[in-house]
Order: sequence, then C-alpha cells, then structure tokens
Amino acid sequence: MQQLVEELLAGNRRAAARLISKVENDEPEKRELLKEIFPHTGNAYVIGVTGAPGSGKSSLVDCLLQQMRSENLKVGVIGVDPTSPFSGGAILGDRIRMQEHALDQDVFIRSMGTRGSLGGLARATREAIQVLDAFGKDIILVETVGVGQSEVDIVKTADSTMVVLTPAGGDSVQTIKAGIMEIADLFVVNKADFPGTERTLTEINMMLDMKEDDRWRPPVMRTVSVRSEGIEEVWKSLRVHRRFMEESGRLLEIRRDRVRRELTEQVEYLVKNRIWDRVKEQIEFDSLVEKIVLRRRDPYSAAHELLEKIDFYGEGHKEGG
Amino acid sequence: MMDREKLERISELKEMWEKELEDLKEREQPAETVSGQPIKMLYTPLDTSDLDYETELGFPGYYPYTRGVQPNMYRGRLWTMRQFSGFGDAYDSNQRYRYLLEQGQTGLSVAFDMPTLMGYDSDSDRSIGEVGRCGVAIDSLEDMEILFDQIPLDQVTTSMTINGPAAILWCMYLATAEKQGVSLDRVGGTIQNDILKEYTAQKSWIFPPEPSMRLITDIFAFASEQVPRWNTISISGYHIREAGSTAVQELAFTLADGFAYVEAGINAGLDVDRFAPRLSFFFNSHIDFFEEICKYRAARRIWARRMKEKYGAKDHRSLKMRFHTQTAGCSLSAQEPENNIVRTAYEALSAVLGGTQSLHTNSMDEVLALPTEKAVKIALRTQQVLAYETGVANTIDPLAGSYFVEAMTDKMEAEAEEYFQKIDDLGGVLSAIDQGFFQQEIADAAYEYQKAMDRGERVVVGVNRYRSGEAPEIEILRIDPEVERKQLERLKRLKETRDYNRVSACLEELKRCAASGENLIPKILDAVRAYATEGEITAALKEVFGEYKEKPLF
Amino acid sequence: MEDRKIRVLVAKPGLDGHDRGVKVVARALRDAGMEVIYTGLHQTPQQVAETALQEDVDVVGLSILSGAHMTLVPRIKEMLNENGMGDVLLLVGGIIPEEDTEKLISEGYANQVFTPGEPLEKITAYIFDWFKAKPGS
Repeated sequence: MQQLVEELLAGNRRAAARLISKVENDEPEKRELLKEIFPHTGNAYVIGVTGAPGSGKSSLVDCLLQQMRSENLKVGVIGVDPTSPFSGGAILGDRIRMQEHALDQDVFIRSMGTRGSLGGLARATREAIQVLDAFGKDIILVETVGVGQSEVDIVKTADSTMVVLTPAGGDSVQTIKAGIMEIADLFVVNKADFPGTERTLTEINMMLDMKEDDRWRPPVMRTVSVRSEGIEEVWKSLRVHRRFMEESGRLLEIRRDRVRRELTEQVEYLVKNRIWDRVKEQIEFDSLVEKIVLRRRDPYSAAHELLEKIDFYGEGHKEGG
Repeated sequence: MMDREKLERISELKEMWEKELEDLKEREQPAETVSGQPIKMLYTPLDTSDLDYETELGFPGYYPYTRGVQPNMYRGRLWTMRQFSGFGDAYDSNQRYRYLLEQGQTGLSVAFDMPTLMGYDSDSDRSIGEVGRCGVAIDSLEDMEILFDQIPLDQVTTSMTINGPAAILWCMYLATAEKQGVSLDRVGGTIQNDILKEYTAQKSWIFPPEPSMRLITDIFAFASEQVPRWNTISISGYHIREAGSTAVQELAFTLADGFAYVEAGINAGLDVDRFAPRLSFFFNSHIDFFEEICKYRAARRIWARRMKEKYGAKDHRSLKMRFHTQTAGCSLSAQEPENNIVRTAYEALSAVLGGTQSLHTNSMDEVLALPTEKAVKIALRTQQVLAYETGVANTIDPLAGSYFVEAMTDKMEAEAEEYFQKIDDLGGVLSAIDQGFFQQEIADAAYEYQKAMDRGERVVVGVNRYRSGEAPEIEILRIDPEVERKQLERLKRLKETRDYNRVSACLEELKRCAASGENLIPKILDAVRAYATEGEITAALKEVFGEYKEKPLF
Repeated sequence: MEDRKIRVLVAKPGLDGHDRGVKVVARALRDAGMEVIYTGLHQTPQQVAETALQEDVDVVGLSILSGAHMTLVPRIKEMLNENGMGDVLLLVGGIIPEEDTEKLISEGYANQVFTPGEPLEKITAYIFDWFKAKPGS
C-alpha cells in the first residue's frame, strides 16, 4: 500500500491534505490511491449545506461544528467557492468563520474552488469526501457555492441536504430557482431576527404543502447563527433525518444510486480513455471533419467509420452507413 | 446670483473658449481627483448660479455652518496641534508627551498598542511580540498614572484613540484625574469610541454590535451628567479612507455612522440635545487638495441640516460639526520618505482651509515605523509654519465663493445623499454592515486605486514615477524588546500586590450589571480603581456579551 | 490533467487589523489564476501553520503592519517546518524596515518581503517564477 494512504489511515493530517491535493489535481496516481482508500470508506455521514450567498451558511456550519464537537464527533468540512471563469483563480473564504476550530485535532477543514464545474461543487469534492471518510471522520459537512441556480450536485453527494435561506435579502421564495427547493431535507431560515421571517417561513410551508412526498416532510426552522440561536434544534432535526434515512432504507438506496453512478462513470472514463486516443490518431479524423463540414458526410456515419477503423466492433461486424 | 443677461453673456464666452480648446492638446494624466471624481477644466459663475449665500453658506458660527463652526474661527483661536503618539511602556510615552508639550503641542493624543486596543493584557499569549510596538501598553490604572505623570489633567486635553475597550480606558483616565485631585467636571478630552467604523474599516472590535452600542450610550449618559467637557465619541472617517474608500464614501459613511449614534442615543431615552453637543468627528486629509476642502464644508452643512430637520435638535451646539483631522497615512510612500514631508504639508493646508478644529500631521517615516523624535518635530513644525507664517489663518473660509469649490461642495453633498438613501434601503447602518455593504464598497475602491497605480494613471512621485531606486536612508524608531519584558514584570508585581478580593468582587458586579442593562460606567470605574486589569475587565464583559466574528468580503 | 493551480494562503497573524493590503493582494492573485485561501484577522501562529497544512498550500503570505513581524514570522516558519512544510514559499508584506527584511531573509525565515508601493504584478510574477523553478513542477 502506498505510504501516503498508510499515513492517512493512521490519522496523519498532512497525508490527508496531500491526498486531497492529489485527487484535486487529477494526478496520475489518483486512481491507485482511491482504489486503496476505497475499502476504508462508507462510514462517514455527509451533510450538504447550500443556499444563496449572504445567507450565513459558513456561520451556520461553524455553529453546527460546535454542536458536533460537543458530542465528540470527528468532523471534516469542505467549503466550496466559485472559481472565476475568466482567470481560473478563486478566493476561498469559507474557513474564516470556522478558524477557531483550526487547532482542534478532530476537525479538518479544506477549501476548494469549483474549477469549472457548474453544479455548485468542485469536481473533486466527491473524491475529497472519500479521503476524509477513510481518514476517520464521522461527519463530513460540505458547504456549496450557493449561487442558487445549479446547486443540485449536492444532492447526489450528500446524505442529508440543508437549504439555508434568509429573509433579509428581500427575495421571496418564488424567486429562488425551483431546483433548490426540491433538494432540501431541511430548510433553515437564518438571520431570523430580520423582518420578513414569518413570510418566508409561510411561503416555504405553502410550497411544501403542494408537494406530495409522504415519506419525509422537510422541517422548516429558524436560526440566528451569529447568536447561536436555534442551532440545537437544527442539529436535532439533522439527527432525526439521519435516523429516518437509516431506518427507512433510503440511505442505502441513495448510496446504491451513488455507487451505480460512480461505477458507470469509471467505466465510461476507462472506455473513453482507451478508445479516444486511438481514434484521434487516425488520419481519417481530420479529413472526415472536412467532409462533414462540406456536407459530404454526416457525423453519425463518420463516427461509425472511425470506430471500425480501430476495430471497435470486432470481427465480422458490419454496420450500415 | 447674477442676472440672466450676465449669465447668458458668460455662456457665450464659454462656448468661444471651448472652441479654442479643440485645437489644443491635453496632458495625459486623467483629470480626476484621487477618488476618481472628474474635474472640469474650468468653473465659472454658470456652475454656481443657484448658490444662495444665506441658506447654503451663511456666516461662520451660524447655521448651516458651511463656512465654519465658530464665528471667529482661527482669528479667535488656532486649531489644536495634536500629534497622535504613543509607544513602548507608559514611561517612554510620558517622556514623549512632555517633549511634545515643551515643543509647543497644544493637546495630547494617545496611541495604544495592539493588545490594549484589542482588550488583551500584555501577559496574554495573544500579545507576544506586540507589546508597545505600535502604541503604548496600558494594562491597568497604574500604567495610566505613569503615562500622565507631571501632566496636569485640568490644563491639558487628551484624545485617546480607543474603540472596543474605550469605556475601560476612559475610566482609567478619569480615575487618574481623580488621583491628581482634578474633579471630573474639569476634565476635557475625547475618546474615539466609534465602534461602527471598526466593523467596516479599522477592525479592532471586541463585542458584537448591540452590546457595543449599549456601552456607547452608557458613556453618553454618564458624560452628560458627570464629565460635561468630554467629547464622548469621535465619529471617524479617517480609517474608512485609509481602508481605501473614496472621499465621498468617507463623507457619507462617516455621517451615516454619526446619524446611527444619534438614533441609538435617542432610542436609549436620551434627549438629543443632551448628548449631541459632545459628538465630534475625525476626518482624513488626503492628497487631492480641493476635494478635501469641499468634503469638510459639505460635511458641516449636511450634519447641521439633518440634525435640525430630521432629529429636531434645538441646541446650536448639536448642529455644529467639530472635527479633528489627520493627514493621510495611505498617501505616504516608503520610497524616498522625505517626500512625505511635502505631502503632509499640502494635506495640512487643505485641512486648515477646510476649517478643522484640531490637526495631526504625519511624520515622514511612518510608512516604515513609529516616528522618531526628529521626524515628529518636523511634522509639528509643519503646522507651526502653516499657522504663523503663511497667513492662511488670518481670514475665515477663504475659498468660499470659488466657482470650483462651491460646485464641488454641492456635488459631494448630493452624492453623499445618494449613499444615505442606499443605506436606508438596506435597512440602516447596522443592517448594511451585516450585509457587507460598506466593506464591499471600500474593498472595490481600494482595488481600483491599486490598479490605477499599477497602470501608472495614478502617479505617486518616487514610487511609480521619478524613481530614484535608492533605499530609504533615514533613521527609524526601534522598540526595545526589553519593553515587553519590563511591562510583564510590572504587571506581575501589580497582580501580586493588589487586593484581589476587591478586584474579584468588582468583576462579578460588572458581569451582573452587564446582564441587567444598568449603566456600566460606574462599575467599570470601581473595577479600575481596584486595579483590575483591562484584560480582566474585557474577559468579564465577553462572558456576557460574546465576541464579534466578521464575514469578510473582497 | 488540468493546469496545476497554485494555492496561496494569505494570513493576518497577530492583532493587527489592517486588511486593505491583504484583500487587494488576494484579488490580484485570484485574477492571476491562483486559489487564495484567506484566514481572516487575528490569527495565532499556530492557526496559520495548521491552516497551511490542511489546505496543502504552495505559498504562505503574511501581512503584518503592527511591528510584531520579528516575533511572528520566525514562529510561523518554525511551525511550518515542524509540519513538514518547510519548502513552502513564505512571503511577507507590510511595515517592515529594510534592516529587518535583510535579517528575515538571510536567516531563512522568509523568502521575500514586499513593502507598500510595490506593484501587485511584482508579487504574482515572483510566485510564478518560483513555482516554475520548483523541482517537480
């Protein structure tokens, strides 16, 4: 086994940090490392925190951290911030609110940029979660970018998803994209000391009344994170949701879906890698492009042609085209 | 106020002049103030045709005070020359204060070190390496007594730059005056005590906004009864500007903070005329000469109008905006520091032409370290030359009536009003702070300024133009690391020799009072007299009030 | 494999609250394509070192305007060494007299010191050059 993985399993924080970097940077040994880590994953419970910027997600996460630590749970936190599409750089500021936990040996905080992915998570978030899982974390909190539009990636990655809203922005619930409202297992209206709280709570509840999921009705809670008000109740609700997920078999369902997706992706990745380089090597590729542009070929039959050239279909196969 | 015919004639002449310009080349440097405010090539009566002397300008000492808050301004009394100072331990600073007073400084201004500003004692592990470095270390009443040794507090006024723990340091000062036999009603000075700008600009906060505002209104109430000569707050724009804001932002955000304090006082049940006369202000004097003068005039006018019309203040002292000015630290360069003497001189001139009540001029070496005796003497002499040789103090508000200055004063006032509207729309100052409004505006302006400098559009002589490339060759002040050790020793001795039971009882009483909402000042005074340390008092209050955590924006 | 992002920790150790410079630098580094982790104000040396470890940064930038740099910088460097991060690029900015700059660099506590008035691109260029010259990059 690789030394880094050994160190990770032994609880070495530097190893954890280095491993996350390696998966983030998509280094060549990445797959080998993930392979070795995998048998040690599956224990951590993943909580996703999403919501618009300015809703106080980081401060809420900080409060939840305190709750979890008071129960001696080991926690990993991943804070995701948007990478600039222009420069490719990012300012990652989520951990500022949590810095008092920086010296807590049982808390590991990592900041990630989305690096081009659009779903509110970094491409490597899932893999970073696996590292922290194998590292021995009981709970992993993932704070997403929160631009509100395409925050749905979190639901594929988290076991419980918390959506944070605030009445202060003046937005009514209707203006928030539908997708976000669908993914919540729990709603938190933060900065609940501001006017408009009641209206926001009512709007959410009305929207939930219209949906028909009898298995779990997301609780709608209120907090004032800067004063740690309402936090205990939120933590309690999260625990209740987890129990529900475990007892109803839903947790197993979503983890199965996750694995299914993962396996599919891995196969596609290998297939793509194997085939694609060989296809591109073909001299025909560029000349086919030219012919298609001139409408002398169509892309569909051209693709078949290329695959035949690399003997993709095996002996004796003929496809029309 | 000219008649129509005359104005039309001038308009024609202006067109003729503009035609002439078409053939002439303009210099490359953008015609803007340092804040990015565009400046026309020429201002004429057309720009001030609506100006009404009585309602817009008035007489000095009369509403709306645009021309100055005292009827005779510097003809009656020059501005106070008040150099901000402090370093090392109380003995070191006491020496520097007595030197400055001997050299002709007319008021004291105390700079505290970082641990003191943040509420920590010198022996806290947060204080390591920081004791006495950027100001004087004050841990207890004992240090305060040493600081003002041989300085009679009934004859000298003192300004203390302290915010989070302002109430504590103020009580130490009052207790020191008591020990000198000076009764509190004869004690005069200022505490900065402006927590709102800490959250947005200077960042030396301790407690969250609500309890901080409560401490401030407690100070207002106590002072109005027992320390009537004291300026309870110095509502500051200096730091907002230093953090990178434009001149209009400095103007608007400072005044908005001021109005927020007025509202807090009123909501705490105080009559506005009881505390408003003792509110004072603190502005920056930056390098763009005219912009600053217009800023000060606009500030006086806006304050007077709002206090009268919106808050119903009746006492004329509530309407008069008195302010201290400091020349801009952020305009100084580390390269060729002697150039800073020149910058400071121009900035001092604009502050005086703007009618400041008191002035601090920066020393040339302040980008490198705390000032040496030599450098601070030059800074003081700068003010003295200005006061006694240039003659600008001989007449009041000399630039009034200038087409340019009046047009710009009006413009800045209008832009400030736009900001007030924005802040209202966000739900007021505290709400805007929470939403990061000020912080974002300031950060954006700072970034723009830096980019303009890097592009060479904003010229800083000796830095990005006319660089000599020489390393600065001036002597700088060094803080002896012994200072920290000696301070720790003294603190240890204090803790061993005082009556700890008394301290403990005072701290308990303090916590009870903090939770109950009674005025905290008498309790802090008790604790201070028992030689409780600043750190102990702060820690006790933190237990009740909690600590503030920021959400920074870029 | 994508372009390797340079990760930079910008920190405010000690009690100094002036963050105008550090924020301006953070923006410039982001505009240059780097990932910038900001710790916020009032950090202890331990917090800085631990954050650098967890974030596995390439560069640590310290902004100190309170005069406490001769205490803070060596401490932080020591802790980075203890954490196995001795070859992280350590940069310092703020109010640092020339003499102290020389000392910090010659004694190996910092790689470079930047004073106010230096153009931002000088800092980004320095980091890029160092990164290119690093073995294994």
